[in-house]
Amino acid sequence: MSSTPWILDASDEPTSTGVPHGKLGIWVFLASEVMLFGSLISSYIVLRLGSTHFIVPPHEFLSVPVAALNTFVLIISSVTMVMALASIQQDDRKGMIMYLIATILCGLIFLGVKTWEYPHKWHEGITIQSGLFGSFYFTMTGLHGLHVIGGIAFNLYILIQGIRGKWSSTHCQRVEYAGIYWHFVDLVWVVLFPLLYLL
Amino acid sequence: MEGNRHQARGNSAHHSHGDEKFIWKYVFSTDHKMIAKQYLFTGLFMALVGAFTAYLMRWQLAYPNTAAPGWGVVTADKFNMLVTMHGTIMVFFVGMPVLVAALSNFVIPLQIGARDMVFPRLNMLSYWVFVASVVCLLASFFVPAGASACGWTGYPPLSASQEYTGIFWGVVLWILALALEFASFTMGGINYLATFMCARAKGLTYSRVPLATWFLVGASLAFFFSVGPLIAGAIMLLLDNVAGTGFYLPQKGGEPLLWQHLFWFFGHPEVYVVFLPGLAAVLEIIPVFSRKPIFGYRTMVWSMAVALALSYVVWAHHMFISGMDPRLAMPFSITTILISVPFAIIIFCMLASLRGGSIRLATPMLWAVGFLVTFLIGGLTGIFLGSAASNIYFHGTYFVVAHFHYTFFPAVFFGGFAAIHFWFPKMFGRMYSERLGKIHFWLTFVFFNCTFWPIFQIGSGGMIRRIADPSQYRILDQFKTLNVFVTISAFILIAGQIVFVINFFWSIFRGPAAEANPFRANTLEWSAASPPPHGNFTAAPVVYRGPYEYSLPDRAEDFVPQNEPPLAQAEGTA
Repeated sequence: MSSTPWILDASDEPTSTGVPHGKLGIWVFLASEVMLFGSLISSYIVLRLGSTHFIVPPHEFLSVPVAALNTFVLIISSVTMVMALASIQQDDRKGMIMYLIATILCGLIFLGVKTWEYPHKWHEGITIQSGLFGSFYFTMTGLHGLHVIGGIAFNLYILIQGIRGKWSSTHCQRVEYAGIYWHFVDLVWVVLFPLLYLL
Repeated sequence: MEGNRHQARGNSAHHSHGDEKFIWKYVFSTDHKMIAKQYLFTGLFMALVGAFTAYLMRWQLAYPNTAAPGWGVVTADKFNMLVTMHGTIMVFFVGMPVLVAALSNFVIPLQIGARDMVFPRLNMLSYWVFVASVVCLLASFFVPAGASACGWTGYPPLSASQEYTGIFWGVVLWILALALEFASFTMGGINYLATFMCARAKGLTYSRVPLATWFLVGASLAFFFSVGPLIAGAIMLLLDNVAGTGFYLPQKGGEPLLWQHLFWFFGHPEVYVVFLPGLAAVLEIIPVFSRKPIFGYRTMVWSMAVALALSYVVWAHHMFISGMDPRLAMPFSITTILISVPFAIIIFCMLASLRGGSIRLATPMLWAVGFLVTFLIGGLTGIFLGSAASNIYFHGTYFVVAHFHYTFFPAVFFGGFAAIHFWFPKMFGRMYSERLGKIHFWLTFVFFNCTFWPIFQIGSGGMIRRIADPSQYRILDQFKTLNVFVTISAFILIAGQIVFVINFFWSIFRGPAAEANPFRANTLEWSAASPPPHGNFTAAPVVYRGPYEYSLPDRAEDFVPQNEPPLAQAEGTA
């Protein structure tokens, strides 16, 4: 090796934040995601309150119970994600794998329900072109759905690496990062659900 | 402990070097310095394209409806396209890559004593996504109906439906290019912030970080928290075009002003995203070439923070005559005038740093002083536009064009050239030609002012912007001579850049070899070799003091590098 790698070992120096850079990176990324969803949500509120053409379909067309079930599923998946991280922090690899599978399954159930819900909405006459409500509904839930797919992919990567035995109690930052991202995706849905279905 | 180990992996992943293949060294490089050069060259290339659009527009404004050499007659629809592309290219594809990406990539890791960015592969990905974005934008010139012609701000309904401009693919590609660019700069921004927070050398506390790094990080912060609304707006604009939604179309219940709010919520911080890196370079150059400590280090950092915070609540000053609720005008006028306070403080601190110094007007310093002078004019004319009462008169005129160019041109080109010349020896290991540098500066400085100063007069005289043919308005006949003068000045301004191109490429290959610290500066980048190898430093630098300790009375040398151990300690170890 031509040059010995030196390490910026500065955890007890005032120059270090003490946060792993991956964690910092994901939080900063989520900050910009908050602005992205925040802007869509505020645009929705502004047009819903301000536009004379904004017609909210009757609640029975929106399949509220199904969406409530979906909300419940996502909240459960957040709990299992927390359990997955807690397991690996105690070196319980089996537990982590089990909880990760549960999390991914919950994500898939969510998407499955959505693939039932979308055609159902089209059948009721709510499409992306049918008016402002439909436009916002499909834009926001669609964008959120893409984030769910991204989260499932991230979790799958963590799961596969976990099965290969890559994570341990001293080396599980990426499990945590996947968790942070997954909780964010859940949180967005928890905001979207009342906005689009209940109000 | 976990964090450190993780960090160590990130930092030492790329320490084997020297026998790299061409493709890994120059194309898919993860070295932050190479990525900086890639951004720099891409940005400078796009500047040529942008300059060509400027040439065509200026030709049409001075000699309406005559054939421009090298192109032909500039028709009205092509003029709209040229305006759109000129703005998009110069702001997003020159200002952003040269100032934000190239400078942050090159300067931040070197100034904080890091081996590389903390996410080197993400850094490479960010550059190649940017290349995809450039390809998208350039491709839009060649699709049916040509590139987008709805203005660089893309106001709907023009941009939201094909029926208004007849352009579909051009608009879609324009949105796509912006989307890809923002994805790229989001990756970059994560990198700059995380690197700044996590990879500073031992002893480099926040109050010892060089101002250039502070201001570059500030620019990334401004970008980061403002880009979300634009992405959201762009998604809705894209869907209006391709999916038949009506977010911005009044006949479908949408609201065109919504886009303006989202765009300018991003657009105003974006001004600082481009401006702060220019300022960063100037702030680094002033103490070095006046051999004086910077005046008011903490004041400037806090002023920047205040300006950043305010920059999120001023956006509607771009919309005073858009038809928004007039009651909003007063609050936004007040915040806009307020934001000039922190920048005035920064300017005064810079002047105080110059006062009484032994100033050496080398090329970087010339650009820095030129930046101060020209930007001051831009800032002062901003006050006319910030207050709603006068804005209503000026907004639709060329006064805005002149003001805009007096802020962006100094930031991008004066700041950019200052940075390029100042860090040239570090970047390429050779010295630029001082004589050519000075000729280039004076050509640019004189003809920049000749180009844009008369436009203030043309604008306040009532020449409306966004028109393709001034000869159609008899009231504008009085400005014919001035417009010709402006156009000729602009041509000389563009032609003068040839001097830079010669200097730049001649010096890269033939310039005299540069020593490690040719300007006798204190910051860490000058303690690395010129150019620094992959991995930057031979040993981890340790920082003992602030970055601007020049002309200390008790020392023979007039500068003290940040990493030089204190005298007592040096004797103790010896």
